[in-house]
Formats: sequence, structure tokens, C-alpha cells
Amino acid sequence: MSGEPVHSAPRFKPGDAVRIDDRAAHGHCRTPWYLRGKTGVVTEVQGAFRDPERLAYHRSGLPPQVLYKVRFAQPDIWKTYSGPSTDQLEADIYEPWLQSTT
Amino acid sequence: MASHDHDHPHDHDHDDHDHHHDPHAPQKDHDSGPADPHEVLEQALRELLIEKGVLTAGEINAQVDFMDTRSPALGANVVARAWTDARFKQRLLADTRVALAEMDIDIGSLADFRTVENTPETHNVVVCTLCSCYPKLLLGIPPAWYKSTAYRGRVVVDPRGVLDEFGVKVPDGVDVRVHDSTADLRYIVLPMRPPGTDGWSEKKLASIVTRDTMIGTAIPKVTEKTAARAARGKSAS
Repeated sequence: MSGEPVHSAPRFKPGDAVRIDDRAAHGHCRTPWYLRGKTGVVTEVQGAFRDPERLAYHRSGLPPQVLYKVRFAQPDIWKTYSGPSTDQLEADIYEPWLQSTT
Repeated sequence: MASHDHDHPHDHDHDDHDHHHDPHAPQKDHDSGPADPHEVLEQALRELLIEKGVLTAGEINAQVDFMDTRSPALGANVVARAWTDARFKQRLLADTRVALAEMDIDIGSLADFRTVENTPETHNVVVCTLCSCYPKLLLGIPPAWYKSTAYRGRVVVDPRGVLDEFGVKVPDGVDVRVHDSTADLRYIVLPMRPPGTDGWSEKKLASIVTRDTMIGTAIPKVTEKTAARAARGKSAS
């Protein structure tokens, strides 16, 4: 855990299945398009950091947002993935972009 | 060939090619030609910051100088330490910031660092698809290819194909794990210590840890050259 103090308890914990929200975002955003709508598993709570979507526009970025490491199975991202189905991709995703799958 | 040359009206011998050029042609200045918009912006901003007393020219230069002194050698020392000190390795994987501080490396406050370990089961490779996030404080200035659209776009879709182009064949049975550093964390790969390095000093081990091995696009190798260098170093010490 690192970055800013966590203001609110993290909504998700390691092992939770999460879906990346498939919404559009205008301007600066750290959630890559290719992961939107995809489902992965939280592997780590990375801490809390100032919100880059606000920081980029001269706002304070507060309150800090909880950041998660999310692991995806490659075939869950790319239907035509040519490597072994056990290959993975991990990305750091902020809590407002995560949805529970249950 | 000789008879052909003899009959030919033209001189096909290019040995004197250089004589057609001025061997002392002036070197083109790096800043010749019109400044691009980013250069103009940088210069305007820098001059304003100095004029308004926010920063001095000396402070700006000192920071540029500091950033330029960062090089993959720093990361290589960290990897070599992890290879020779199991407890340090544990600390590095658990909290990279704290472990680096032990080596007097201050990663500052802009981003945090994570170390991901290559194992016989998993090969890690790092990218930033959104821009070009890179652990500059450990590896220096990133290579141009790391910032290219081709690398950033392709390594997430076809990591094995891209690694193959770098000369890294990841066998089936070893998972490839791509790390897209999308946010406030910077990733460094801890490669596996190669066989044939028993008894090597930290310094010698660091000599085979290249920049790309810490991005994940290369594997540290003991070549005849590095082994000979290591042997010389060993007998000298």
C-alpha cells in the first residue's frame, strides 16, 4: 500500500471478480479502452492516489481514489488471442471504474 | 571479373568513393532548423518560470543533469543484489521503495515502484499503452521503441510475437504476464539469474543485467564474452 491515505475502505479485495465499466470518458483517463467491459480478478489493493482524471485539469484530485491491480486472462480480452489461454495481462485500475460481477 | 573491369568504360571500383565528399563537412547542429511547437512551448515556459523567480536556470539544469545520470546500471545493481541476497530480494518484492532506499536510491514522490519476478512459471513484460510510463529513476531515459505505437499497441495483443522479435522465445508452459502501467506505479522486472554464474560477484552479475532484461524484452545471458570478463574480474580481485 502506498500513495495517499485511504479515506474510504476499499470496495474490493484480492480474489474479487470485477468488470471494468464500459463507459466513455472525456479527456484524461487512465482506464485503457481495450479493457473496458472486460472481466478480471483483483490481485492487489495498490493504495490510494490522487484522481488523475481531476489532477489533469488543475483540480486537487482529492479525495484519493483506491487503485487496484486487476489481472485478466488474455483470451478474456482478445477473442483471437493466439498464445496459451493461461497468459495474463495486469493493469492498474481506479475504483470508480470497477463493477462487481455478482 | 578482372577482364570485365578491363573492358568497361566506367570505373566500378568504389574504393575512392570518399574522395567525392568533404571529409570535414561541418556537423549539423542538433538545433538547426525551425523549432517545433513543443520546443517553443518549453522555452516560453522555462523563461517565464525563471523570470517570475519560481526556478533558477541552475536548478533546471541541475535536474536535467540528474535525470541524465540515471542509467540502467542503477537497476542492474539492484537486480544483482537481489540475486545474491535472498532477504533483500524478499524486501524488494514486498516493498520496492523501502528496499531501494537501503541502496540509497530515492524514488521520490511522483510515482511508486513495483518489482515483478520472472520465475520458471511466469515471464513478465512491461508496457505503458496510454503514454510511456517508465521507471526512469532506475533505468534512465527509455528507448525510443518503448514509446512507439507499434510496441505499445502490439505487446498487449501479441506479447509472444513481439518477444520473439526481440529474440526471446517463451516456451509453452511458461505464462506470459503483461503489465500495463496505466496509473501511478512503475514496474521493473526482476529477471532470473542465469546458470553458469555461480560464485560471481554482485558487480560481475550486474554486468549481464541489461536495460531490456528489466523491461522483460530480453533474458540475461552468459556469453563467452561476459564469462571471460567475469573470470578476469574474479582473478584480479
